[in-house]
Amino acid sequence: MIRIDTVTKRYPDGTVAVDRLSLDIPDRSITVLVGPSGCGKTTTLRMINRMVEPSEGAILLDGADIRKQPVNTLRRSMGYVIQNAGLFQHRTIVDNIATVPRLLGWSKQKSRARAAELMERVGLDTALAKRYPYQLSGGQQQRVGVARALAADPPVLLMDEPFSAVDPVVRKGLQDELLRIQDELGKTIVFVTHDIDEAVKLGTMVAVLRTGGRLAQYAPPAELLSAPADAFVEDFLGADRGIRRLSFFGSDALELRTEPIVAVDSTAEQIAARAVTDAPCLLVTGLDGRPLGWSAPEDLTAGAVHTERLISCGRPFVHGEDSLRAALDCAVLSPTGWAVAVDGAGRAVGVVSQQTIGEAIRGAHAEGRAEAKAGR
Amino acid sequence: MNRFFDLPSDLQHDWLGLIGLHLREALLPVLAGLLLSLPIAQLCVRFRWLYAPVLGVTTILYAIPSLAVFVVLIDYTGQTELTVMIPLAVYSLVVLVPAIVDGVRSVPQETLAAATAMGLGPVRRYLQVQLPIALPAIIAGLRVAAVSSISLVSVGMLIGNQGALGNLLNDANIYHRPELAWNSVLTTAGLAILVDAALVLLRLLLTPWMPRGTRRRGSRTAAEVRPEPAAPAAEEAAR
Ligand SMILES: Nc1ncnc2c1ncn2[C@@H]1O[C@H](COP(=O)(O)OP(=O)(O)OP(=O)(O)O)[C@@H](O)[C@H]1O
Ligand SMILES: [Mg+2]
Repeated sequence: MIRIDTVTKRYPDGTVAVDRLSLDIPDRSITVLVGPSGCGKTTTLRMINRMVEPSEGAILLDGADIRKQPVNTLRRSMGYVIQNAGLFQHRTIVDNIATVPRLLGWSKQKSRARAAELMERVGLDTALAKRYPYQLSGGQQQRVGVARALAADPPVLLMDEPFSAVDPVVRKGLQDELLRIQDELGKTIVFVTHDIDEAVKLGTMVAVLRTGGRLAQYAPPAELLSAPADAFVEDFLGADRGIRRLSFFGSDALELRTEPIVAVDSTAEQIAARAVTDAPCLLVTGLDGRPLGWSAPEDLTAGAVHTERLISCGRPFVHGEDSLRAALDCAVLSPTGWAVAVDGAGRAVGVVSQQTIGEAIRGAHAEGRAEAKAGR
Repeated sequence: MNRFFDLPSDLQHDWLGLIGLHLREALLPVLAGLLLSLPIAQLCVRFRWLYAPVLGVTTILYAIPSLAVFVVLIDYTGQTELTVMIPLAVYSLVVLVPAIVDGVRSVPQETLAAATAMGLGPVRRYLQVQLPIALPAIIAGLRVAAVSSISLVSVGMLIGNQGALGNLLNDANIYHRPELAWNSVLTTAGLAILVDAALVLLRLLLTPWMPRGTRRRGSRTAAEVRPEPAAPAAEEAAR
């Protein structure tokens, strides 16, 4: 565990970048530092690997003051990833990644083999190994930055806005990749960003800093969204925090309806039997069970469904896997107001109305409040 | 044409010998200047306030006429090559120091931060990151220094025929042989061009990491070469 213990950083010009900050950063999870520009995120991160020395207070790594070990030993045990990757432009990709292993005295061969292994891990084609940084796209460079930080298998990874210079699509890919890598490797990651969405998506714990380097709130993302500590945090979370919070509620508790579903080869009686429900439309599924689209019961004739006349059912949500936010999104986008639930293989398992989703949201909120009360 | 290369015996060298002498007198000082500039430039990078005064001093030194320097030096070093080379080495500082300082400063902040964060100490950082990245700027400085040094060597004829190819100018006067002057001018210019080209080649060899227009390493088909910026983007998207 990394313990930041009442740390203050005053720069020589008098700027107080971090003000009596205390944080316990748990092992093998992603802790995100988030806050407006200039609130001391980079300063805090750089105090952890001693690129910046605190003016007051101490930082403990597994109980020992980080000043007790030689500074370069400490740094080599912590990977560091920054915006624009900060790659060595004069070295090939493989040599960039092999930097720290080489510093640690690994043989050239072993370092390169390790670099190749890491390129695959971060989703880079090993054919790029002999290229130079200028021959890579921004997203690829950022992946190299992550691979380079992981090269000597450090237990700690410090990341300073690593994905903020790439476009949203690439950024999403990099975020998903990071979560996947973290699943496999279980590093202690401290991640700096000013993007609250990124913080909520990646963080196990999120520390919101306010200008002047003071801690506004330190909580898991779900708690941050449900119970912001003050107006500053609430403001920082943005207007749609209610909707975003739904990402933390599973869709498995949703009561699905199966009656308004007919197979494409249904007989007239079967269609008539399904049409008695309160759903305005019937969902037609293909022979493989996948949803094809909606249709009013009277427009359906047995054995002769014109699939091209069906009303599109849009993108369905995966029951039990996707969140209530995804389910609500499907229902809101659906022309019929009903969302389609599928299983992992894409087969329709039920449909659910906006109303039912609304009830589930109210239920989840009530449960969250009860839990919060019990927890305090 | 024969008279063109038929050099008076007082030069004590044939044409090729003069060229060798000229190159030595011109380039050794540049090399010495480079060795001197590296630590000076590093001090200027370390202590920012030092840069302006150092630049001032090198400029003043450059402004001193070489003849004046010869007059002073001749008491100590006599009518030797060394007397010619010392001022040349001093002159080269005016180009080399700023070239190295600017080159080292051009290393992006984030590259330096990454190097520090990976546990490279100041020496490693300088040798493994700053200097290699500054190399193109340093070689650009060397080109100017080398070419100007090659032309300045000729002044050495003023102190007892220490001007290598420049001595031909003197002889052209004495023996009324204008073709010797032509020889001097043309050979000096040719040398300057060749040395400059050699330095450009050296830079190309040492910096394969620099973007080089559409010329990419290895053999590539036309289709691969064309979409320069699009190619990596497409690979990114394909994943
Ligand atoms: N070397 C320095 N000397 C003086 N002041 C500094 C120095 N580095 C940072 N600061 C100041 O400290 C404060 C915090 O800076 P820091 O870089 O930690 O912010 P940040 O949260 O990372 O901001 P951003 O999101 O813009 O990167 C700012 O007011 C900044 O101007
Ligand atoms: Mg920052």
